[in-house]
Amino acid sequence: MKPHSVFGASLICSFLALPVFAQENPEIGQRQGQFNLIVHNFAVLGGMAQGRVDYDADLAQTAADNLFHITRHDQSRLWPEGTDSDSVEGTRALPAIWENLDDFVAKFTALQTAAEGVQAVAGDGMDALRPAVGALGAACQACHQTYRAES
Amino acid sequence: MTTPDPYSRSKTPVLTLLAGVAIGGAAVAATLWWISAPTPVSAARIAGLTGDAQNGEAVFHAGGCASCHMAPASDADPLRLAGGQAFASDFGTFYAPNISSDPVHGIGAWSQDDFINAVMAGVSPDGQHYYPAFPYTAYIKADPQDIADLYAFMTTLPADATPSRAHDLAFPFNIRRSVGVWKALYLDDDWTITGDLTQTEERGRYLSEALAHCAECHTPRNALGALDTRQWLLGAPNPSGQGRIPAISGPDFNWSLFDISAYLESGFTPEFDVVGGSMAAVVNSLQQLDKSELDAIAAYILRTNQ
Repeated sequence: MKPHSVFGASLICSFLALPVFAQENPEIGQRQGQFNLIVHNFAVLGGMAQGRVDYDADLAQTAADNLFHITRHDQSRLWPEGTDSDSVEGTRALPAIWENLDDFVAKFTALQTAAEGVQAVAGDGMDALRPAVGALGAACQACHQTYRAES
Repeated sequence: MTTPDPYSRSKTPVLTLLAGVAIGGAAVAATLWWISAPTPVSAARIAGLTGDAQNGEAVFHAGGCASCHMAPASDADPLRLAGGQAFASDFGTFYAPNISSDPVHGIGAWSQDDFINAVMAGVSPDGQHYYPAFPYTAYIKADPQDIADLYAFMTTLPADATPSRAHDLAFPFNIRRSVGVWKALYLDDDWTITGDLTQTEERGRYLSEALAHCAECHTPRNALGALDTRQWLLGAPNPSGQGRIPAISGPDFNWSLFDISAYLESGFTPEFDVVGGSMAAVVNSLQQLDKSELDAIAAYILRTNQ
């Protein structure tokens, strides 16, 4: 390999490695992936609740089933110490999470309960689904309010 | 023969100069003292108002009182205005005071006029300035009748005996009188967005500029902490932590009227992220308004882009 192509290759590699935080703390990207999947499914239900799209019982049930399972993904290895927004780049997870771990777990448990509530009524029509979606949104908000930094 | 005193000839002019500086300094100080005097709302504007608690409740939610004055815990009762939330800034940390109906630690002993002067002029019942962390800079644009209504509603809220915490400010900002100079420079009861507005946009402007004080967080500030109205709602650094308060106007903001109104009602962004941070409490308040009020705010927000 010519010297300049070695240089070029290492330059490309250094660009690929730019999000150093993700390399050092893969959990950050992994837990963000989990939240992206929550949004992916919540958008279906929220869109119906807001009247952006028509209610569709099958679509709603599928999204609700997904949310049930995603929120039951074991969290024990996703939140290692030192992956807060004061310690590393690329995360909005506030240090308060680790300072109030019991409350954080309680709020995550409330999210699971709310997801279960949506799953139970998703096929029963919009009037049944709407308040359950509201409760699910409130569970998201409760955590974002306290534990997520501004973007 | 004595050696001439090299300073003797200049003594008189130096003394004159010193005297001049002293007099000039005193004049400047007197002028500053005069400029910085607290000015309450004119008595004629607020005399004889009778508050309506039902409308006051809507004003309470539009004005976002609970967002700052409820206790710090996110699950605290938003109608129990115990105070205690901390607001870090470049000038030090402000602590929201107790504004519950407690007569000792809250505002239970205040008259309606005391209340209107505090909210609309930033002047306390004992004639001191409040710091503009308290957004009287917005409420000065409100209709005094609405603030009388707000007073009527807030007297119905529970009392809480938590003592207010003193602000923790650096010199010279810890001298309250200095706020008077700041007010002379920046306190302004004119609308920021002017021109031809529809009736709905005007209502939205009233709700946004006078009550909900959106700009207090979404507009950047100058070195003295005053809003830069040329960058109205274009986003700003978060004064109390990491990240930025997003733009809600300008080229970087592309939400529709439906999107804005739906967000204020539900807390869901058009991408179905869910509101967090300090905006969460704002949504909790605003979602209690009639949907037509949220539509009006949305119409105003879009109008700021023209």
